[in-house]
Formats: sequence, structure tokens, C-alpha cells
Amino acid sequence: MTTATELAEEKRPDGWNRPPVIQPSGEGELLEVAMGPHHPSTHGVFRMDVALDGERVIRLKPVFGYLHRNHEKIAEGVSYLASMPYTDRLDYICPMTNNWAYALAVEKLTGQEVPERAEYLRVIVGELTRVVNHASSIGFLIQEMGASGTPLMYAFKEREKILDLFEALTGARMMVNYMRFGGCRVDASPAWLDDVRTVVKGLPKFVGEFERLLCTNEILMARTQRVGILRPDLAVNAGVTGPMLRASGVNYDIRKVDGYGIYNRFNFRVPLGDHGDVYDRFMIRLLELHESISIVEQALKDIPAGPVMDPKARLRGFRPKPGEAYGRIEAPKGELGFYLISDGSPNPYRYRIRPPSLINLTILEDMCLGSNVADVVLIFGSVDIVLGEVDR
Amino acid sequence: MKAEIEAAVPGAGVEIKLNPSVSGHHSLRFAPERAVAVATFLRDELAFDYLSNVSGVDWLDKEISEKVRVTRTVTKTVDGVDQVVEETVEETRKRVVPGYIEAVYHLYSMALKQGPLIFRMRTINRSDQVTLPSLTPVWRSAEFQEREVFDLYGIVFKGHPDLRRLLMWDAFKDHPMRRDYVEPDDFEYEPTAHDEVLKRAAAHRAAQQNAGQEGPGAGQ
Repeated sequence: MTTATELAEEKRPDGWNRPPVIQPSGEGELLEVAMGPHHPSTHGVFRMDVALDGERVIRLKPVFGYLHRNHEKIAEGVSYLASMPYTDRLDYICPMTNNWAYALAVEKLTGQEVPERAEYLRVIVGELTRVVNHASSIGFLIQEMGASGTPLMYAFKEREKILDLFEALTGARMMVNYMRFGGCRVDASPAWLDDVRTVVKGLPKFVGEFERLLCTNEILMARTQRVGILRPDLAVNAGVTGPMLRASGVNYDIRKVDGYGIYNRFNFRVPLGDHGDVYDRFMIRLLELHESISIVEQALKDIPAGPVMDPKARLRGFRPKPGEAYGRIEAPKGELGFYLISDGSPNPYRYRIRPPSLINLTILEDMCLGSNVADVVLIFGSVDIVLGEVDR
Repeated sequence: MKAEIEAAVPGAGVEIKLNPSVSGHHSLRFAPERAVAVATFLRDELAFDYLSNVSGVDWLDKEISEKVRVTRTVTKTVDGVDQVVEETVEETRKRVVPGYIEAVYHLYSMALKQGPLIFRMRTINRSDQVTLPSLTPVWRSAEFQEREVFDLYGIVFKGHPDLRRLLMWDAFKDHPMRRDYVEPDDFEYEPTAHDEVLKRAAAHRAAQQNAGQEGPGAGQ
């Protein structure tokens, strides 16, 4: 391995990656507010203990665990396959990518091959999931800005069409339980693929409409530009991934870097932000919608016929050899990874999830310090988390 | 890689741990004493700027019974004559390998698009010497993950700026992800204002039954 001294960061003072300490102005008293656990902006049960000096945030501590059910412990007590439906409940907006990450980790552990058609189906459902996630997260962001209802319902209209597709394919809208180690559970019928084509054909119109309505909207620009700025070096050091990282201008997309599945066959671009503020994160998601749609179109064009399960894959009596593996994918929210240790028994010895939502929240305090309390809601919304994954 | 680290940080105590699985993710094991120096070297010189994943793994005390061939001299009487014979016997010996808790770190390089580099550190045992150095000053992304490992496994990360429980509540005592964790009998139990009343009621009921009477509601 080459020594990359030229790429090494210049010496920084100790503690450069810690949130700064802000001194209160001294006028009046500090106000401590617990935002949450049932705050409309938190998308679930999550608490931020905020100390306010007037309107200014001078301290912010996130508090987790309201939705904790120790998924990792439960998974150690059941077989490998039995955890698959449980991964749907992690990030319940995008169950398909959760399935995929887990299947990928187990396939790495056992060296399982995946048939061509199954890889294409995975890309199709995975990218449709990204469309669902980004559209609804933009909708939520606008909702948190105070535009009650309408923009979110626009986003949900498209989401509903895609969820209908998932229902037709897997039998469930959200708890899909679709992937298996070595393929997918059921094959897609030609009629289903035609339905996908119809829906995908309508998506650019929807995204264009969204763009025209929002991108140059004066209120949105005033509320989001130069708010919640995240420096790229801190973003890398804090392990931020996904659209948040790319909004800070760091070119790191695991679909490109790892090329897992068959992503190196598709032609798509990775949008990058310049300022790392809330507006850039919103914009990156919008641009990624275009790329996802293009990937689905390409995948639909050359999906081959064939089996969707590797005939040699074992579902019953599944016992991987002792060892460990770490599989990761670019989930809509960031890097979703599964770390598995097998001791040769039917159950995993260790089953660890690397949740992008939780780790992207590490720098929440850094981004919020010094801003107004109303902006905290926006900054938090732009991180795009799901509590099912944060608390596991 | 091992040589590079050892050249840069003397006394790093790097060992290679092979992974028998097909994934081929082999890992390095560090001695915890110089871990922060090694981590800083990895970040600044080898450009592993992105710490992806921190997980705890609990390895229980293992009782290993192994068959050992032992040769000893025995005096035997053969045809009325005492002879000294060497005899090989198989013996089963048991020994206990002390367990440990391991922290596993997955590193990637965003600058060079390389990875993963996996390294691990072990605590000395599972009960009282469970301290490891915290790598949060080196990679900020370890902050919540090390808190989680502390919460669920009980590794105390020395040098962590804010080591509190992450997922369980602060008054919680045990570490639920440990392999020998025993679940409480009553998940719903929490002390309530009614506890004392219930205790008194139980005492009444016992007293009444001793007196041969039926307490109120005893038949329900």
C-alpha cells in the first residue's frame, strides 16, 4: 500500500473535531428545552436537549434509545434467514436496501453467487427505494419549514405508486422481505416490469415539477442557504455518509467505489454539493432522483431472463463456515453495513448493523450550534434519519 | 502493512488475525497501549480517514479439554521380574481460556478509495479489566459507536469525551449484548408508587391465610 503523505491532513490542533464551546452572552437566563421525545420534527421518538440563549442554540445533546429493542441480540438467537424480515423494520422507509445490505454481507461470508436477473431486480427495487426515500425526505423538509401538507402529499403520491409496485411484487408495501442469500424471493412477471416502466416514465415529470416549485422558491432559499454548514474534513472524520457527505463536496459513493452488485455496468453521475448547507443537501437529493431514475431505466432495458435464485443456494440447514464478513451498500441515507461473525452454527455469533442514521447524527451538535432554534428543526430534517434504524 | 505500522510506532504489538471465511477480510490486532498512536499514524500517514464501523464482540471464557499424550516411566512386573517401562498414555486435561471483549474497527480511505482495514483490540478479561483507549479523538465517528459498545458490552473507553449510555437508560445496570446476559423475569417491572401498597397487601393476605380465613378477593 502506498504511503499517501501528500494526501494526509495537515496537523490540526487537538480537539479540532469536537463541537466548539459557545459562551452565553450573559444577558438573561439560559433556557433548557427538551425537544422531543414527541416533537413533530423528530419523525419518531427522539429527544434533543437544547440549551438556548435567547434564540441561539449554545448546547445540544441528542438522546436516543426510545425505540431500542436490541435487534442485534435478537438476531443472535435466530437463524440467519430469520433476521431478514427484521431488517425491513430498521429503516422502514427503505426496506429493500436493508434487505440488500444484509443479503450482501451473508453472501460475502459464504461466497454465494447471485444470478444475473436477481442482480438486475435488486438494482431496480433498490433505486426505486432511493426515489421513495429522497422524495419523502424532501417532502418532510418542506413540511418542517412550515408548508403544511401539500408538498409532502405531492411526494407521497409518487411514493404510493412505487409502494404499489412493491406490493405487487412481494405482497407487502413496506415489510417486503424480498431478498434471499443468493437471489430474490420471487421473480418479477413481464407485466410487473411493464408497470415499472409506466411508473418510471412518469417520474421525471414529477421530479421536474418538484424542482420548478421548490428550487428557486424564495422562502426555501432564505431558510436553507448558509444554514447548518458542515465542513468536508469534519464530515469525513465524523463518518458522515450518503447525500450529506456529498453535499459537503466529498466524492464518495459506495456504488462507484465498491461497485457492488452490478453497479459498474450502469452509467450514472454522482452529484456533489459545494457549500454543505441544508439547501445543498436538499439539492443533492433532488439530483440523485434523476440519476436513480436513469439507472432504473437502464436496468429495465437490459434485464436478462433466467432464474432469480442460485439453485445451489441453501435456505434450510444454512450454516456458514466460521469466519467474519462486513458487507456495505450505499443505502439512501448513507453507508449501511452489516458485520457478521459466524462460528459454524445456524445462528450468527455476532450480528452488527452499521446504521447510517445514527452516525450521521454525530455532527448534529456541530451543525446546530450558534443557529436559531427554528433552524435546528430544518438541520435535523436535512440529516434524514429514521428512528427505527437509529435505535435498532 | 504490519511492518509499516511497526516501523512507525515502536511497540505497537501488531498481530495478523486470519479470517478463514471466503470474504478474505483479514484483520490486525493491536496492543491497546499504543493504539492511539497507531490510529493517528493510520489516519495521517496511510490516509485511512474514514472510520466506518465500531463493533463489540464478546468472547466467553472457554473451557478447552484437550487430549495430551504423556510419557511416563512405570514399574511393571513381567514374569516375576521388575522392569522399568516407558508408557504413553492419553490424558484429558481441562484448562480455562479467559474470555475477553473485543472492539473491532472497520476503516476505509475516502481519499484513496481503499479499504477495508480491519483492526481489533482486546480487553484483558470480561469482569474488571475492561478498559481500552478511546479512538474518538482520532475519528469523531467513533463517538456514538463507542458509547454504544460501552452501553451494550461494558468496555470502558478511556479518553472518550462523553462516555454515557447510548441506548439503554442511565439507571440500567447490566450490559445486554454480553453472551451471558440474563434477561430479567419481568420486563414490565418498574418501581411505582403502588409498590408499597402491594407489599402491604401481600403481607395481609399471608396473615389472613395463616389464620385460616379467606382474604378479600382470594377466590378470584
